[in-house]
Amino acid sequence: MRLGCPVCGERDRREFYYQGAAVARPEGDAWGLDWDDYLHNRDNPAGVTRDLWQHEQGCGAWLIVTRDTVSHEVLDVALAAEAGA
Amino acid sequence: MRVAGKGLIDRACPVAFHFDGRAYEGFAGDTLASALLANGVRMVARSFKYHRPRGVMTAGSEEPNALVTLGLGAAQEPNLRATTVELHEGLWARSQNRWPTLGFDLLAANDLLAPFLGAGFYYKTFMWPRAFWERVYEPVIRRAAGLGALSGEAAQDRYERAFAHCDLLVIGGGPAGLMAARAAAEAGADVILAEEDMRLGGRLLAESEEVGGVPAVEWVAEIASELAAMPNVRIMTRMAVTGAYDQGTYGALERLAPDVADRAHAPKGAFWRIVARRTVLAAGALERPVAFAGNDRPGVMMAGAVRAYLNRWGVAPGQSTVVFGNNDSAHRTVADLQKAGVHVAALVDSRHYARCDLDVAFYAGAQVCGTAGRRGLEAVTIATTKGEERIAADCLAVSGGWNPSVHLACHMGARPVWDADRLAFLPPEGAVPGQRAAGAAAGEFSTRACLESGLAEGLRVVAELGLKAPEISVPSAGDAAYDIFPLWQVPGKGRAWLDFQNDVTVKDVQLSARENFRSVEHMKRYTTQGMAPDQGKNSNVNALAVLADATGRGIPETGTTTFRPPYVPVPIAAMGAGAIGKGFAPERLTTSHDESVVRGAPMIEAGLWYRPSYFPRKGESHWRQSCDREVTMVRGCVGVCDVSTLGKIDIQGPDAARFLDFVYTNMFSTLREGRVRYGLMLREDGHVMDDGTCARLGERHYLMTTTTAAAGQVMRHLEFVAQVLRPGWDVRMVSVTEQWAQFAVAGPQARDLLNGLLDAPIDDAGFPFMACGPVRVGGVAGRLFRISFSGEHAYEIAVPARYGAALFRELVARAEAMGGGAYGMEALNVLRIEKGFITHAEIHGRVTAYDIGMQGMMSAKKDFVGKPAASRVGLMDPERERLVGLKPVGAVKELLPGAHLFDESAETVSANDQGYITSACYSPTLGHVIGQAFLRRGPERIGERVRMVDHLRGTETLCEVTGVVQYDADGGRLRG
Amino acid sequence: MVEVQAESPGKGRLPVTAGALRLSAAAPERMTSLAPYKGQAAALSGAMQAAHGMGWPKPGRMTGRKGARAMWFGREMALLIGPEPDPGLAAHAAIVDQSDAWAVLVLEGPEAAQVLARLCPLDLRDQVFKRGHVARTEVAHMAGAIARMGADNWRIMVFRSMTGTLIHEAETAMRRVAARRNSPV
Repeated sequence: MRLGCPVCGERDRREFYYQGAAVARPEGDAWGLDWDDYLHNRDNPAGVTRDLWQHEQGCGAWLIVTRDTVSHEVLDVALAAEAGA
Repeated sequence: MRVAGKGLIDRACPVAFHFDGRAYEGFAGDTLASALLANGVRMVARSFKYHRPRGVMTAGSEEPNALVTLGLGAAQEPNLRATTVELHEGLWARSQNRWPTLGFDLLAANDLLAPFLGAGFYYKTFMWPRAFWERVYEPVIRRAAGLGALSGEAAQDRYERAFAHCDLLVIGGGPAGLMAARAAAEAGADVILAEEDMRLGGRLLAESEEVGGVPAVEWVAEIASELAAMPNVRIMTRMAVTGAYDQGTYGALERLAPDVADRAHAPKGAFWRIVARRTVLAAGALERPVAFAGNDRPGVMMAGAVRAYLNRWGVAPGQSTVVFGNNDSAHRTVADLQKAGVHVAALVDSRHYARCDLDVAFYAGAQVCGTAGRRGLEAVTIATTKGEERIAADCLAVSGGWNPSVHLACHMGARPVWDADRLAFLPPEGAVPGQRAAGAAAGEFSTRACLESGLAEGLRVVAELGLKAPEISVPSAGDAAYDIFPLWQVPGKGRAWLDFQNDVTVKDVQLSARENFRSVEHMKRYTTQGMAPDQGKNSNVNALAVLADATGRGIPETGTTTFRPPYVPVPIAAMGAGAIGKGFAPERLTTSHDESVVRGAPMIEAGLWYRPSYFPRKGESHWRQSCDREVTMVRGCVGVCDVSTLGKIDIQGPDAARFLDFVYTNMFSTLREGRVRYGLMLREDGHVMDDGTCARLGERHYLMTTTTAAAGQVMRHLEFVAQVLRPGWDVRMVSVTEQWAQFAVAGPQARDLLNGLLDAPIDDAGFPFMACGPVRVGGVAGRLFRISFSGEHAYEIAVPARYGAALFRELVARAEAMGGGAYGMEALNVLRIEKGFITHAEIHGRVTAYDIGMQGMMSAKKDFVGKPAASRVGLMDPERERLVGLKPVGAVKELLPGAHLFDESAETVSANDQGYITSACYSPTLGHVIGQAFLRRGPERIGERVRMVDHLRGTETLCEVTGVVQYDADGGRLRG
Repeated sequence: MVEVQAESPGKGRLPVTAGALRLSAAAPERMTSLAPYKGQAAALSGAMQAAHGMGWPKPGRMTGRKGARAMWFGREMALLIGPEPDPGLAAHAAIVDQSDAWAVLVLEGPEAAQVLARLCPLDLRDQVFKRGHVARTEVAHMAGAIARMGADNWRIMVFRSMTGTLIHEAETAMRRVAARRNSPV
């Protein structure tokens, strides 16, 4: 598998760390259902999904990777700092 | 036997080799299989289940029968296909799965029991008694049914891994692959041409035909030398592409030529990861057998293999050959044999409409229905419209048609597409992005069509890469149409083999269907069809056809099983190349490593780091003696310990303080410059991630330390917070773990030691507990932190790593002169347990700040990572297992980490579990064993007794619950 | 005053040769990481140009020349190699001394790229990775960097503590590449 890092270009998957679904952190510091969703509830799509990866062995950038879990096609890779989770 | 004047072998270069202890001679260019056939060796193996005699059947990597073991001892390599083993001087090969010898094999009795050993036999027979499953049945079955064995010795690491990148990867160096490579190469593309064989040419090496008006092998040599001269082409022979993966990545196994692999330091092979923008799959096609009774006898071979041995290696596999087929491949075989002067006893063509213009006994519409012979073929029985006829023969060449090698087109989950005209599965289009099939792999079975198809696909790649198409014409070549009539099995009595490698017969597949294992995937598991090392390359399509027939469906409705990598067997040693011994994981060594080793310290692993366990001195024969002395030394005098392995992260920027307030539970914006504070970090789920100190070096400048274990995780987390959660904040961070060598100097005399060393001395007023600041040692700029993980008056001094070794030697020498010395991980652990400090033995991922008694460090005044989740009632439940100290008070004066705690009078079963011990040691300071544990309602139970039980080690004792801090609870020594 | 001697990474283990391949330690140089604060990239580049004669490098590139170089070293980070950083840079960037954090090894020889192909997954073909290019990448399972200083001259960087592992891995690959020489492959 290869990912196109927006900073470094296309690289082998072994340079990347995979975190999980790209979901936005809820605002506020009080526990609620939004926090439960953020921490625990995930879709498991057969199709397009957005994940957080870090180019840990490369430039260090956190990335939002949009890919297809069926075809394995990587549709988009964006800097998380710009795209937001 | 050799045929004069034929073949691509070097007859001037004889090669001596051994098979099963007997000496033979072949020629350079031979494979083990061709050399054995040339020497008249027909029986080379015993089959997997029935121990039937078997001979060479094919001429390629698909060979199901001729598996051999090469080498001895650690170099022993089993299950190699004799058809791909290059003959070389001194080759020593052995047959497998026989005892005591190939000719006389006791387990050949299995063959007589065959009526009882059909599909599902294991599942039906070895049901009871249950106790026999592992102790009796499995060992017996494993010994009886088998392949070659490993030596049992550690393998030698002689494989390497490598990466390659190209514009076009051409898989297969036959006519289609050569044309595709040439088209792309002449257009300027960067091409890798991967060929499994030791030489380019593919099927052209095995046929006697012309290409471009010259013998095909001459055309191959010419185009190969053209390609080899081009700087943008890498020809990689002996390279089997084994798998297709995402984004144009391919795995490939390279075996080096025997003479190269024998050189000092040379690898035996390499496992390649090839990244290609485009791929042309020109992997050719494999000829398939026909299922008829006795079709596994040595001497029964594929027709195409017979031509390969004849034309490429100058070997006639038999003196009198019968050729049997359902397509023109059979006729071609007769023609080649007759031209070479080899007797052909009959041509049996199952096509009723077939015509023959060769001078041979010809049977149209007939079939081979049986064979005879003890250790090899002696006669063939054919069924014609007039009845059965027996023909003496020692070789039977069979062709049931051709199966395109679609595997690499199907590795990403797609199924091949059935072509009813060609009676073959073709590669699905677009199933592997960037890959297209050409030549026989795409179902083109004439040489001319292969050349055209290879060129066309090569030119398509050229266009896709945006390159200018070169002018290339297709050379003249044979262009006969492929004519085939369905024939999968010949009806009749007797066992007809489908999967030769796993001994699966037509009857097994039919039985599977009768017993309702009708799905192709179920049939596969029930019969083991296609599950041998050849993965059904020879047999799957035939088995499907038999299953389709038995279930009354068509072949496309029956479908295929899933194609998975690897295409050919890959040794584990190749896949794990480089990961043996020192290659297993990087070693991180501190600057004090050499000095610690010189001092006799056993080094222990801490993540990737190596740290000294203890520093033994003369007269100390047990680690505990050294450890106790080191602890006492620190408590009474001074000790030195390398703490460089802790993570150090430099954090700067206008928002640095606010950033730290967000990642730590406690406040750092209020920390004064020149001061250090202990901090606690949570994961977003409210559990503890890590702890450590953080120093404020300037208004916008902090230095965070992490534990050794979590350094990488914390760095990743901080970047996550900065880039994903708080991208608007202006903060910059970088690891400085390796920039600084850092040493703890701990004990009542710590300051005295340092003051003898520092360019300017320090005192308590200028450098109180939790102070930090710049210092100089011998003119070198360093940093000093007054922090303590031992509970003693202590410092950590940091210098740039290049000075680490020298400073460590200096510190230890001075400590020793004062009555102290170096201390290692064991003493460090004792010191911290005495003081109730925690490590990742305690913060192991399932504990909260509340569990470790640090709920007070969770600031109510600010938001921080983990705060919402940590506020959940379940994480603040007093019933939770919470941190306490322990000491044994029973007869057994021992505490064991991992042991569980129970109420004194409760039954010691899991339902009554009250907690567990995380750390334990003997405290020389207190004179008894101490420990740390998580105990339900722990802090409320101080003074109570609990029972420790270690069910694994069978140890049990009574303990008293104590406070976490078991020594110097008011911290007076820290500030001293 | 006490005297503390400096030690280089890989002391006593370099250089290593195999065939025409050579692995050695680069001459020690001052290395400083520069990470511009928000909105300061252009100002930092200007200050670097004025003080050290080279601008901010684009991702994967180096600027400057021997003795005073800026090497891209990650997202919004570069290494200033050679000079002591001008104090004025601190107004625009976080500045951290990294001189001792990294081991810098030099790999030379006509088949050096073949050695690197056994250590890292990068595409290092001549037309892709040219002189003056640099990449942060995985080197034999270690986080590292590879820079091309010339046609057959490369720098490999890993954290100092892993110098021994890098030497071992590189030496193994060098011997294997050398042993394959003149093979028909």
